[in-house]
Amino acid sequence: MRKRFDANIKPSEITPESVFLKRRALLTTAVAAGLVPSIMSCEAATLPASGEFTDVEKWPGSTTEKPNTFEQITTYNNFYEFGTGKGDPAENAHRLKTSPWSVEVTGEAARTGTYALEDILKPHAIEERIYRLRCVEAWSMVIPWNGFPLADLLKRFEPTSRAKYVQFFTLNDRTQMPGLRYPVLEWPYREGLTMAEAMHPLSFVAVGVYGKVLPNQNGAPLRTVIPWKYGFKSAKSIVRIHFLETQPETSWNMAAPQEYGFYSNVNPEVDHPRWSQARERRLGGNLFSASLIPTQMFNGYAEEVASLYTGLDLRKNY
Amino acid sequence: MTHRTVVILKVALWAACLAPLGLLTLQAFGYAGGLGPNPPEKVLDVCGKTGLNLLVLTLCVSPIRRSTGIGRLVSFRRPLGLFAFFYLLLHFATYALLDRGLLWDASTALRTVAADIAERPYITVGFTALVLLVPLAVTSTRGMQRRLGRNWAKLHRLVYVCAVLGVVHYYWQVKSDLDFAEPLLYAFLLAVVFGERIKHRLVHAKTAVAAPYQRVQPPQAGEKPSH
Repeated sequence: MRKRFDANIKPSEITPESVFLKRRALLTTAVAAGLVPSIMSCEAATLPASGEFTDVEKWPGSTTEKPNTFEQITTYNNFYEFGTGKGDPAENAHRLKTSPWSVEVTGEAARTGTYALEDILKPHAIEERIYRLRCVEAWSMVIPWNGFPLADLLKRFEPTSRAKYVQFFTLNDRTQMPGLRYPVLEWPYREGLTMAEAMHPLSFVAVGVYGKVLPNQNGAPLRTVIPWKYGFKSAKSIVRIHFLETQPETSWNMAAPQEYGFYSNVNPEVDHPRWSQARERRLGGNLFSASLIPTQMFNGYAEEVASLYTGLDLRKNY
Repeated sequence: MTHRTVVILKVALWAACLAPLGLLTLQAFGYAGGLGPNPPEKVLDVCGKTGLNLLVLTLCVSPIRRSTGIGRLVSFRRPLGLFAFFYLLLHFATYALLDRGLLWDASTALRTVAADIAERPYITVGFTALVLLVPLAVTSTRGMQRRLGRNWAKLHRLVYVCAVLGVVHYYWQVKSDLDFAEPLLYAFLLAVVFGERIKHRLVHAKTAVAAPYQRVQPPQAGEKPSH
């Protein structure tokens, strides 16, 4: 078998990526149309063709707060790859093609390589977790995600003892993501966690919401959900997972280091330089509903995660 | 410009200035797509932007009047300025009452509003601009204009300060340092208006020196000749 970076490879032997993608897209379309009853249709079974998950187990730790509606969750998004307005992702995300999709695993792990989405999802049972989501902009929602623990996925790649951090990269394709034309952030979007944070049982990979396959504007086909951190720490539409020994670069920190730190844990006592983080607006009310509520330490998950940060000055490590 | 044209344009101006408020009202009652998942933010954005647009437009009246020679355009300046003030007041009211919750929890909200104004530069700047607009709105009547005489024009030069502070306020509140296309557009428009004004003053000053006994501006309607 040829090695990946064989210098002797002839240019004529390489299939251009565009041709390769077209070929796969054609096959997918053919499978969807029932023309090719091949093994591909079995592989794709993990993301239900109907768009709805069946046999979803309810996680006992879910919050009992009233979830936001599907419409609210899917029309008010920060996903700058599709534009900086809250409504832009819902408007533009139809351009994103989530099938075929693959995730590249690189760095300090035994099982690096490129994995098809189907292979990523196959072994995981889908559960429903209702989490609070607190945005750094001082608004929040309650969202019933469908997915599986991040730790279960990361363990499969067998990170080495040198892996102290893990970094996630979002797709960086201008033809599908019009917002990438603007240098708003350092593209591709990248986020990172310590391994201890990533392996924490609350860290989650979402592939759906409300029992439906994740809409593109929410980070399809797979995204992380780290409920005790500000929303931007959860990377959407992930195409690469990178294990490393030193603290990785993160897009918002690169853009404004004095405003967005590496940790970015929800913390009502540490204000954003331009606004208070003590309270948040719980979305879903009308113009005159009293929707301001106090923000909780670690977004209400302090009991579970506070021990990750013992001895760490959270004011300095914001 | 005939009287008839002025009337038609005035009606159009009122309709255009009231349209954003009308749309917001409809949306607040669930029509026209509603206000979205974050209603106070939506109202805050629309009022702030409309106010700033109208303020910049108010500043454009005099340059346009001078370059076109249509003196009657000056009668659009007061309604534009007052509508700008109205929307900016609504912007502040939305912030204090709904965004900070003055409507439900007066003591907490008052504390946070006061802290915001004192500690958060973009709010300090925005609030200063609004406060400076108050005397301008109060003295905008014809009676006050007459009573204040030459001082009226001097006082109303404050509007330039308000516009600059407004643009700075807008620029500072965008989430990232890099997301600044719109605030920059406002800054550019202001620069054009200032440029015209400075040019006008320079030309005006030269003419005045060259012909000290000649009136620089023709007498306006209803004004008595001075000699």
